[in-house]
Parts: sequence; C-alpha cells; structure tokens
Amino acid sequence: MSDSTAIARGAAAEAAHPHPGEHPPYQRHHFETVGQQFDATNFAMWLFLLTEVMFFGGLFASYLIMRNWYYPAFVEGSHQLNIGWGTANTAVLIISSFTMAMGVWSAEMRKKGMLLLFLSLTWILGMAFLGIKTIEYHEKWVKHHVPGLNWSDSSFLNPASDPEVHKDYPGDKPLAPEMAQKAEMYFFLYFAMTGMHALHMIIGISILTFMIIRARQGAYTTGHVTYVENFGLYWHFVDIIWIFLFPLLYLISRFPNS
Amino acid sequence: MSAATIISLPDQSTARIPKMNFLTKENGLLSWLLTGDHKRIATLYLVSITFFFFIGGALAGLIRLELLTPQNDLMAADTYNKVFSMHGLIMVFFFLVPSVPATIGNFLMPMMVGAKDLALPKINLLSWYLYVIAGIMMIYTMSVGGVDTGWTFTTPLSTHYLNTHVISAGLSVFVAGFSSIFTGLNFIVTIHKMRCPGMTWFRLPLFVWSNYAASILMVLGTPVLAITLVLVVLERTVHIGVFDPAYGGDPLLFQHLFWFYSHPAVYIMILPGFGVISEVISTFSRKRVFGYTAVAFSSVAIAIFGFFVWAHHMFIMGISNYSALVFSLLTMLVAVPSAIKIYNWAFTLYKGSITFETPMLYAIGFMGLFTIGGLTGVFLGATGTDIHLTETYFVVAHFHFVMVGGMLMSFLAGIHFWWPKWTGRMYPEKISQLAALTTFIGFNLTFFPQFILGTLGMPRRYAAYPPEFQVLNVFSTAGATVLGIGYLLPILYLTWSLKYGEIAGDNPWQATGLEWQTQSPPLTENFPEIPIMDHEAYDYEWLERQQRKEVASV
Amino acid sequence: MSEQNQQHAGHEDEHHIVSPLVYLTILLCLLAFTGLTVLASYKDLGEWHITGSLTLFWNPVVALAIACTKMTLVVLFFMHVKYSPKLTKLTVISGFFIFLGLISMTLADYMSRAWGRW
Repeated sequence: MSDSTAIARGAAAEAAHPHPGEHPPYQRHHFETVGQQFDATNFAMWLFLLTEVMFFGGLFASYLIMRNWYYPAFVEGSHQLNIGWGTANTAVLIISSFTMAMGVWSAEMRKKGMLLLFLSLTWILGMAFLGIKTIEYHEKWVKHHVPGLNWSDSSFLNPASDPEVHKDYPGDKPLAPEMAQKAEMYFFLYFAMTGMHALHMIIGISILTFMIIRARQGAYTTGHVTYVENFGLYWHFVDIIWIFLFPLLYLISRFPNS
Repeated sequence: MSAATIISLPDQSTARIPKMNFLTKENGLLSWLLTGDHKRIATLYLVSITFFFFIGGALAGLIRLELLTPQNDLMAADTYNKVFSMHGLIMVFFFLVPSVPATIGNFLMPMMVGAKDLALPKINLLSWYLYVIAGIMMIYTMSVGGVDTGWTFTTPLSTHYLNTHVISAGLSVFVAGFSSIFTGLNFIVTIHKMRCPGMTWFRLPLFVWSNYAASILMVLGTPVLAITLVLVVLERTVHIGVFDPAYGGDPLLFQHLFWFYSHPAVYIMILPGFGVISEVISTFSRKRVFGYTAVAFSSVAIAIFGFFVWAHHMFIMGISNYSALVFSLLTMLVAVPSAIKIYNWAFTLYKGSITFETPMLYAIGFMGLFTIGGLTGVFLGATGTDIHLTETYFVVAHFHFVMVGGMLMSFLAGIHFWWPKWTGRMYPEKISQLAALTTFIGFNLTFFPQFILGTLGMPRRYAAYPPEFQVLNVFSTAGATVLGIGYLLPILYLTWSLKYGEIAGDNPWQATGLEWQTQSPPLTENFPEIPIMDHEAYDYEWLERQQRKEVASV
Repeated sequence: MSEQNQQHAGHEDEHHIVSPLVYLTILLCLLAFTGLTVLASYKDLGEWHITGSLTLFWNPVVALAIACTKMTLVVLFFMHVKYSPKLTKLTVISGFFIFLGLISMTLADYMSRAWGRW
C-alpha cells in the first residue's frame, strides 16, 4: 500500500489548493500539503537555531566570567587584535547576510538568474570572511599568541616589546606575571569562540556550494523556497553570533588611559 | 492474556496478523538501514538500547560483586573507578536518555497525533546513526581501558589528573547528545505541525504532552553539555582552558555548565516515563485520567522549573549561600508538579475498574518507587540535609529509585503495554507478572539498604568500606541478583513471544488512543487514511459506542 | 481535515515576501551601527557608581546594546520573524529566555559569592 493511497489523499487535499490535482514533486509523502511541509521544516530550523543559541551560550557564559576575573589581561589581549580586519569582517558578514536575504527573495520571485547571482555573492563573501580570519589567525601564530600550541607572555609582561601595538595603545601597562599569564585565557576563548563560529561558516559554505549546483538546475525557483529560506535562517544566525563576538572580543576598552 | 479481566473483551480467536504491515512491507538489511519509517527506526533503537542496557547492567553486577566484601578484593580500586564510571555513562547516555522517547516515543508519536510519520524522517534516521556512532566510540573507550572520571567528567580531574580515555568518552557523549537533540526536535515539530484534523492540544494523549516537555529539555539543554565537553576535550589537548584552576580557570564553572544540562537531563529521563504511566493507569482502570489538564501542564511546568534548579548539585562545592538558598527554594517548587501527577494517578485509580495486567503491575510499582525517590529528592534539595547526605549512598539510592524504580519500571510497563501493537503478538501474561514482581522485590532489596547506608555515612564511589557496613551491602548485592533475573526474564519471553505469542488483534487492552484504532502491527503509513479525532482523550464511552456500531454493521 | 488545510492553503497566500528595499535599509542600518560601535569603543563613556562598590561601566553596556539592536534587526527582517506566525516568535523568545537564564543565574552565583568585590 500505499504510496498510491497517499498520493490520492494528497491530491484530494490539494483540491482546495490553487492548482487542483497538481502534486509538486518536492512534497514529501508524509505531509498532507506543501504548506504543512513548509511550516514544519521552517519550525524545525528555528528549533535547531535554539539549540545553537544554547551551544554558544556555554561559551558566552565562560567568557563573561573570565572577563570579569581577568579584566586587565582581557583588555591587553583585545588590543592585540586588529580592529581594521575585525570591522572589515563584520561588514563582509553583514553584507553576505543581505545577499542571502536577497537570495531568498529571488527564490520567492522565481528568478533563477538573480538567485544564482546572490547565492554566488554570498559564497564569495563567506570565503572572504574566512580568508580574513585566516590572515588574523596567521598573525596570532607569528606573534606566539596561540594558546597551548605557540604561546609567549612577552607582549603582556612588557607591552613595549610589541612596538606596533604599543604605538596605538601607549597606556597599556606591563602586567604582573600572574595576570599576563591570563592573556592566554583570553586567547583560548578568542580561538574557541571564533573557531566555533568559523566552523559554522565552513559548514554553511559547503551547503551553499551544494545549493548553487542545485539552483543551476532550477531546483529552488519552481515555488520550493523552503530549502533556501531555511538555509538563510542558518546563515543569518551565524551572522548574529558574529555581531556579538565582534564587540566582546575586539572592542574591549579601546580608548586611551584604560 | 487474562481474558476475564477486561469487560467485553473482543474475541481474538479468529484474529490473524495482517499480511501487510510495517514489518513485512520490505525485506532485507538495507530496507532497515535506510528506512524512513519511524516504527522501523524505533525497532532499531529498541535493539540497540537493549544491547547497551545489558552492558551497563553487567557493569552494575561487577560493582555489586566488588561491594560484597569490605576489602577491594575482586578488582583494584582503579578498575572499580572505571567500572562505575562506564556504568554511569552507558546507563545515562545510552539507555536512560533515549529509552522511552527514542523507542516507544518514536514508535507512537506519529500514531498518537494521527500522522503518517514524524515530521523529519531522515533526521530521525540520522539520530539513530549518531547514536550508533556514539555507541561504537563508547565501546572503543571501554575496550582500550575505559574512563574513570565518573559520568560527570568532573574537572580538573578529567582535564588534568587522569590518564584514562576522557577524550573519546567525551566525544562519544557529544555525538550521543546530538542524537538526542534530533529526536527532541523531531517530536516538537511533529506535535506542533502534524496533528490530524480535530486533534486539539487538549485531546492529545498525556504521553504526547510529557514527551513534548522532555523534548523541550533535550533541545535547549543538551547543546550546553555539548559545548562543555568540547571545552573539556580542548583543555585536555591544548593544556589551557576555563575549567582548570592551574590555568586560572574555575572548576565550578564546569559544574554550572554541566548541571545546566544534566539536571534537566533527569527530567528528560523521567518525563517520558510519566507519559507511559498515564496511559497505562488510565487504560487499566477504565477511566479518563483525573485532572487531565493539570497532568498535562505539570509536565510542562517540570520542564520549565527543571531549567532553574541545577545548582542543587553543587551545594557543598562552594557556590554562594545566597545562590544555594534560591536554588533550594526552586528545587522545592519542582516537587509540586511531580506530586500533582502522583495524586492525579491515585485519583484515577479511585473507583476505577482496575485490572492487574503486567503493565499495570509495573505502573503501580512505579508509583510507589517514584514517590520514595521523589521525596528523598526533597531531602537532598534542602541545603542543610544535603550537606550531611550528599556524596553518600543516600544519593545513589535516591537517583536509582527515580531512574531505575521510576524510568526503568515505566519503560518496561510501556514495552509490555505496546508489545501487542508493535509485534502483533501478546507476551505471556503469567510469567511476565512474575517478572514484574521479581523486579519490584529485587529493586527494593537492592536499593533500600543503600538509603540506610547513606544516612550512616557510607561514601559513594569507593571500592572498599568499613566492615560494619557489610551486612547491608550483602543485602544490596543479593537484591541485585534478583533484580538481574527480573530483567533477564522479559528479554527471554518477549523474544519467545515474537514467534509463539498469541495473536493480539487490533486493540487487546480496549484502550482509546488512536494507535489502538489501527491494525497491529500497523501499516507503514500507520492508518489507511488520516483519522479524524472527534472525541476527547481517554473517552471509554466513545470506544464502546464505536464497538456497538461495528457489531451492528457486521 | 478542513480546518488545518484551510490554514495551510491560507498560508500560501499570506507568505509575506519582503521587498528588497527593506533589506537594503536594514543593511545600511547594520553597517551604520557597526561603525557606531567601533567609534563608541574609542570613547571613555564613564561609569555609574550605583551603590558601594557596585559600578556600571557604560562602554560594554553600549557595545552590547548596539549588538542587541543589530541582532533584533536581523531577526525581525532578514529572518522574517516580523512576518512570521506567533509560534516562531514564541520560539525565538523562549530561546532567549533560557539563554538569559543560563547566563544570569550562573553570574548571580559568582557575584553573590564574592559580594562587593566585583
């Protein structure tokens, strides 16, 4: 039994629908209507995002406590980050969120060319974000600021030993060895949080690659926007995480004489 | 089946197992491994969690054997630490958390809401695969030497001091966590979006309500455990992190994050059990559950309060006194919805036509044992008493009363209750009643002495103990033997019944749920056509009218 | 059947397509807020001695307030929550509720543990 029954029922249900008798190929057999399928998968995506919120929640809780305990180390650690790259990356990610939203719009308007354009732009901006992140990570490696693997306290014991940063933040005092050591904690959280975020970006870009291939075959421009819409939600969520990571990690007390 | 006990039981002598059902639809291993059918996935889950239950059970047996004598003579103290840690990890993450939701829940949820399948069948299958991968990782951990941190991964013990396989165990629990998240997510979506016409929220069976509440906890709690374990694994590999005081971290932070999941996790374990008990008590007293709305909302209340009580696991660990006070008060609040449930089940029994089939025996056992387990939880939630009792066998006895006396009893009640629906055949009634009784006696003999041991001050997690505790420990070990037999019996006779059990028919218990109105075992699509719910839940008069109509039409 | 089907059939019509102009406006707002938060971090916005040793520093408060505003814009418009059913709104709110529960109750313990020394 009963795919036939199922389809017959589905067709009967479709009777009230604008296109009587038409049963779109993308409707899965256990849903009664396309609308139900859209609602269910959309809701599922939101629930998954709640899971993600709590996943990052553990990191944010750790960050807040450690920041309050070791504030001086966090300030000087933060001064080591390049605010130019950070701001650029924030802009890149926000623009990619915009292009993603436009991608959803193109799918809704059934414009295949536009959809391909915006998905590709999103893909490029995502890669740009990761590229900038790589530059920043590389800089940390060169400066021995990778906790656990390649670490040296010297920039915090003696800020003058790091003339580039010291020129911008002459107010940074040498930290006591106890506190200078805690800068490693700051960078641990920096790498854990941005690394987890970058992992989400990599997953997103992989799915995006798959979607671009499918979009070329016209998969999302025949009324089946669910997939694009749900992926959009994921992409915006990753953007939101960065919106919080940016001020928390980069913008700690940038003003002089802190 | 004791035909005399249920009034107007349909004559099943002519019943046949329908040729077309979800078990016979397709054959071959691949048709199982690639299935999207929630009932097949439930069956896969049932087989795999039974496997892990027996591994965990064997480890429990080793623990009790070691504790037979005061000296550590059966195994070295280190080995003992590994054995109880693996027992905890396997029982919590591979049996208790997925037990009712992933097996019985998976099997029933779409049928109870009147749908063809869960909303996301592929995610459901993925959840089983994640469970299997996690299980393989845990067996790998065990075979290369195990882990001895306790199931709680306590830092800095787990990140700094121990040389056992914390990383593979942690990653295994991480993966198992995602398996449980996907099950919970699927249930919430299904309950919201897949209900059949006429199935309003207050016509849902209470099993659905309690699984809904548990799913909320799974979706919101489990990720916090996941990230905590990631941080533990990172801290162990790169030797810097937020939990180890040697690096400036705080072990209490780990406790906060860990118990933020792991306290709600005990409600993930017990809430689906509550659902089973509601169904069973109602069916075998032929009455609508007393105070349906109160029972439904008490599940949700437990889920919400459950998120804000976690620090009662940390009263002696150095949290602030103010915090302890607030968390202690909130803990007392959880007792209220739990008590509402117990009272309402008791009122359901009052003036019902009660019959004592096996599921009912388990359910009544549950009510007694859970009440003891729950009340001792109130002792432990009170800050003053907790300082005396925590980290003793009182705690061990308390959570075994809730988890084993509560959850395992309700799991077995559910398995027996829905066995005829699942397989189309009855289990043998007499021997299963004997098994239920054996379990109850064995359980009390095992764990009641541990309450006394705890109040006397015997600490948990030690291989050796002062000789004056031996008498009670011998009782406990003897009880564990009886309990072991109680658990072995069902697997034997349930396997036997797959081939030789009596044919059950569609509705052997004369229960009212939608799942009983379809054939047993059900079709792959559950119902020949999507049902329309036109009556309240547990409406036995509706069922009677329905049957009279059928007789008239024949 | 009818009740739910009508709901779903109705949904097709209700499915709100947000105009690109709205998206563009939001994009510009987000970029402006990003600039604002960077600028704000270079100014010492001072502090507020509430009582005793309890002090509120305005810089992190402003940074987080701007981040929350940006998040709200993304959630409401890019993620279409403004046009979504009540259930989606409820889902989002409950997520933040539990998130804040985790953060606030953990922090409350830390603060009350070292009362006055924060």
